[in-house]
Amino acid sequence: MIDALNDALHVGMRANDNVVVLGEDVGRLGGVFRVTAGLFDEFGEDRVLDTPLTETGIVGSAIGMALYGLRPVAEIQFADFVFPAFDQIVNELAKYRYRSGNQFECPVLMRMPVGGGIGGGHYHSQSPEAYFAHTAGLKVVIPSNPYDAKGLLLAALEDPDPVVFLEPKKLYRTTHAEVPEGHYTVPIGSAAAVREGSDLTLLCYGAMVPVCGKVAASAAGEGIDIEVIDLRSILPLDLDVVSASVAKTGRVVIVHEAPRTCGFGAELAASIVERSFWDLDAPIARVTGFDTPFPYRLEDAYMPTLERILEGVRTTARA
Amino acid sequence: MSDTEMFRLLADDDVRLEADAPDLSDEQFLGIYRVMVQTRVFDAAMIGLHRQGRIGIYGSSEGEEAIAVAAAAALDEPDWLFPDYRVPGALFERGVTMEETLAQLFGSAADLGKGRQLPTHYGSRRLQIASISSPVGNGTPHAVGFAWAAKIRKGPEVVLNFFGDGATSEEGFHTGMNIAGVHRLPVVFVCRNNQYAISVPLRLQTASETIAIKARAYGFDGVRVDGSDALAVYAAVRKAVERARAGEGPTLIEGVSYRHGAHSTSDDDTRYRDRSEADAWKKRDPIARFRRYLVARGIWDENRDADLVRELTEAVQRAIDVASAVPVPQIDTLFTDVYHDMPPHLQIQRDELLRHLESRKQAE
Repeated sequence: MIDALNDALHVGMRANDNVVVLGEDVGRLGGVFRVTAGLFDEFGEDRVLDTPLTETGIVGSAIGMALYGLRPVAEIQFADFVFPAFDQIVNELAKYRYRSGNQFECPVLMRMPVGGGIGGGHYHSQSPEAYFAHTAGLKVVIPSNPYDAKGLLLAALEDPDPVVFLEPKKLYRTTHAEVPEGHYTVPIGSAAAVREGSDLTLLCYGAMVPVCGKVAASAAGEGIDIEVIDLRSILPLDLDVVSASVAKTGRVVIVHEAPRTCGFGAELAASIVERSFWDLDAPIARVTGFDTPFPYRLEDAYMPTLERILEGVRTTARA
Repeated sequence: MSDTEMFRLLADDDVRLEADAPDLSDEQFLGIYRVMVQTRVFDAAMIGLHRQGRIGIYGSSEGEEAIAVAAAAALDEPDWLFPDYRVPGALFERGVTMEETLAQLFGSAADLGKGRQLPTHYGSRRLQIASISSPVGNGTPHAVGFAWAAKIRKGPEVVLNFFGDGATSEEGFHTGMNIAGVHRLPVVFVCRNNQYAISVPLRLQTASETIAIKARAYGFDGVRVDGSDALAVYAAVRKAVERARAGEGPTLIEGVSYRHGAHSTSDDDTRYRDRSEADAWKKRDPIARFRRYLVARGIWDENRDADLVRELTEAVQRAIDVASAVPVPQIDTLFTDVYHDMPPHLQIQRDELLRHLESRKQAE
């Protein structure tokens, strides 16, 4: 996935001189995960900007650059470090178009690695997507494979609104696939059925998608035919795809790494109940991270594992 | 000019000058004065509108007109303003009309911001004025980012950013100063040091000897200037703007003044400060001082002053009448401009509200 993201940035920067990249270590180093590798050499110090260590300053100055007419791509080194910039994202960036009466727009793209499974402990593992999905004015995108990563990133680079682009770092070097050369996009706000099935719908995104794929393969051996929906964007949310799947299967298990309470699964469950209550044959189940800080040594117990998800699937399928 | 000694041009008698006057024509001197008086008249009228219940909240800039107006007057045509919520004089100086300002205060359909923000949170793309938000210090990184883009693109723009003394404790101030210093960006920071952040006095805000001196740590110049001396403010900001445009980097200017009124119509300043303190500062009223200078210079007189106040008072009243006649924004603008295109969930919520309102109308 790293190479697909890196390729997308190269393609996007070649296509549009207004695209600039800024963040900590994004220039000469090419980013701590190497997502911005090679950009500094190709596009130079006026378009690939190493900033001081200040998330507030990275997002805040990206807003100013966007007001000038540039298209800043702001990298937050880990999503766990985004919180100093929360005020700038939630109070400023997300509101700028609305509060100015559409006089201004702020197409800032914020990339940040999210999620656990890499032994990162609390400050290198969190999944803060629900905070952003609660914020009017943002779009929130989480790819699960190299093809979508490149296509969604290029779509985000052309989007007129601010996009929080969450990169599951567990997948950076564990997912491999050829992606098309050059420019293509995957539309923001569209979910995809990555596996079709008739008995149960697994709703997931990001690093949970490949895990849910394995769950589906395993469940098939037990006679449970699972449809896996990769949301890809959680804001805007593609409820049409979700509803169509629920109408078909009548059973839903929601999976995410983030803590359960007020996690994005809560919004999904509520939306399904509102739209598809009469299609449901069983209670909606959630298999998520726990309402604890993200642990270090007990990470495996915290994460929604294949076995935990499978248990949720069996319970829901039999209910 | 220095970051510890107060830079002044008007001597104690407000007649003599301690150095050469800025290179401005008589018309330009009078133009700055006129906008300062307009701001005073406007602020007073808005406090009145609040008392009548016609504006939800208002924060007067009385006492700080010289900083706002003279600093904005030092800008050139390509320059951008990143204001805070207490510089109406800077907006007027850059061409915002009183009708536009009132449309914002009333939140009417004529407001450029479509009635979406609390009073005094203006913004005008046409006039190169960024949109104002309430959290203090937040606009500073925006001003810096804009200046950074101008530098990258080799644009002609210089950015002027206003904030108060309280904002200097906020992260936005520190990170903005820091980035501006590292990259020597074309930005001029003007701190309106009016001695109070709502009720908190400056001595509880910072242990720095001055605010201007903070610039040293960020690697550029600070200037402490008498904020009730319009000539000194103009001279200091003009020099900073010229340096910024020449690629010589940012300047932090501390305009030392006093907020004559309360923070806003929502607080009572007698609870946290002594009336005698305000009375002492009012003897250094920026408008009275500038007027004495202009009269001594022979380009103004007291009779014309009375006429000017009357003319501006009538103009404010006309603007109020015009702005009052504009209706509130249409209901569906609640949902527009959240995004460039309205996503499905917002279309559903909009339709839900419109259906609800329609059914209530039919029930009546």
